Amino acid sequence: MLGLVLLVGITVLFVTGLLSYAAYNPGLAPVNDKTPGKGVLGFYLFAWPTGPVWLYRLTQGTHVTLGITLVPVLLAKLWSVVPKLFALPPARSAAHALERISLLLLVGGGLFEFTTGILNVQLDYVFPGSFYPLHFYGAWVFFAAFVAHALLKTPAAVRAVRHRSDPSGKPADSAAAGLVAPRPDPPTMSRRGALGLVGGGSLLLFLTTVGQSLGGPFRRTALLAPHGTADPGGGPNGFQINKTAAYAGITAADTHDDAWRLVVTGRTGTVRLTRDRLLAMDLHSSSLPIACVEGWSTADQWWRGVPLRNLAALVGHDTDPPDVLVESLQRHGAFRRAALRANQVADPLSLLALQVNGEELSPDHGYPARIIVPAAPGVLNTKWVARLTFGDL
Amino acid sequence: MPRRLAPRPLPLGSPLQLLLLGCSFALAAYAGARLFADGWLSVTAWIVGAALLHDLMLLPLYALADRAVVRGLGAAGRRRLTPYVRVPAALSGLLLLVWFPLISGATAERYRSATGLSPDGFALRWLLITAVLFGGSALLLALRARRAAKHRPPRSH
Repeated sequence: MLGLVLLVGITVLFVTGLLSYAAYNPGLAPVNDKTPGKGVLGFYLFAWPTGPVWLYRLTQGTHVTLGITLVPVLLAKLWSVVPKLFALPPARSAAHALERISLLLLVGGGLFEFTTGILNVQLDYVFPGSFYPLHFYGAWVFFAAFVAHALLKTPAAVRAVRHRSDPSGKPADSAAAGLVAPRPDPPTMSRRGALGLVGGGSLLLFLTTVGQSLGGPFRRTALLAPHGTADPGGGPNGFQINKTAAYAGITAADTHDDAWRLVVTGRTGTVRLTRDRLLAMDLHSSSLPIACVEGWSTADQWWRGVPLRNLAALVGHDTDPPDVLVESLQRHGAFRRAALRANQVADPLSLLALQVNGEELSPDHGYPARIIVPAAPGVLNTKWVARLTFGDL
Repeated sequence: MPRRLAPRPLPLGSPLQLLLLGCSFALAAYAGARLFADGWLSVTAWIVGAALLHDLMLLPLYALADRAVVRGLGAAGRRRLTPYVRVPAALSGLLLLVWFPLISGATAERYRSATGLSPDGFALRWLLITAVLFGGSALLLALRARRAAKHRPPRSH
């Protein structure tokens, strides 16, 4: 039962995780690639699409919310099989010995993936190194052991499911698996009660988390999730922030109208634009969410700014806009430089935004100008943009 | 005849299983080599440590806590109250385990400066949820006790 839930749940976690990896477009440019040594593990990479606009909200909200919801199921599964840890003899055959080693990868890898993910969404960066390679390569180690385990246990699982529809028998499989206590205490809980407790734990975690991905009035319900309950400040700029201006080291002097220029480079050379010059250009609107790799997201915000393809046209890319390298004023941070693919530049909804919800951007949302691209992970929506370099990367 | 004590050679087992596990280890090793590039010692410590910490510390700890509740209530002759303590305690403990960095305030400073949100509410909200869980459990117990008393046939002395 727990095994079946995990079989489906962890498969969904793995697939949504791989999708999130693809959403960063790591194959596009070295600046996007936190795992340059990936080799064949990036075999499936594809150009991340720009629609539907809520695509990354959905895939990453599912990844994080489902991962948190599955914690009690994982713990219960480990609880239910713990006697096997001490099973003797240690190995009945070479295959059995290898299977037990594989179980270490399964349990260790699973706990590693859940732990690094849960710590990362709480900004608790205590794990040994950068989150991206740890969580990505760790996922492959875990999934290798997970698939082997699932296949090896398929016959037993099929028997167990068949057995449940047979009302007569005893739990033969548990006995065969060595999981029946030899001298059991008097029971304090039924099987149904135990499963109910696990399900209740999952439901409680789900209900106190999912609101941070739904946004709007539901955010209030996410009582313990990192981006739950409240929005920062009020007014048009009062929606969730990933990194504030202060955290990124952006000062008012950096962004002052006298100091700030947008430097745009392309086929025909370089132009430097003041903010007033940008505001005088043909401004467009798009309603797009912010969706973070940490699983939280905002409802659609109403952005106003210059379409990226118009900026490309300004420097000689009139038809077929190319890729672009976006550089921020940020002096540090893993994504102070990020590349966008040609399909993202060409999308009419992709903006260099200057305003949001009818007001100027606040410093925390990227004043003087920020990128907003449909369906892209939040960190690719670079804030405090200083330079755009169009061309093949 | 005395039994042979020398170890017998280990039988090989199912070739299909061996093949499957071989493939699994090959993939795990390929990804593992990249995982360990970040510093193999600390990563190994994390993976093996996670399994050991869970199986040899966390799990025995909550098994012992559970046993203490069962035995304690049993000694007081109130063993049937076990679920009314166990369920809210387990749910509250689960929330604490998952959201420990936020509830404990370990990341409060980074959280505040990165997100612009206040890190102060997490512990309070967790305590409130815990109170509601135990309160709900007590309420359920009271309702059930009342209903049982109503349906019990009057005792004849």
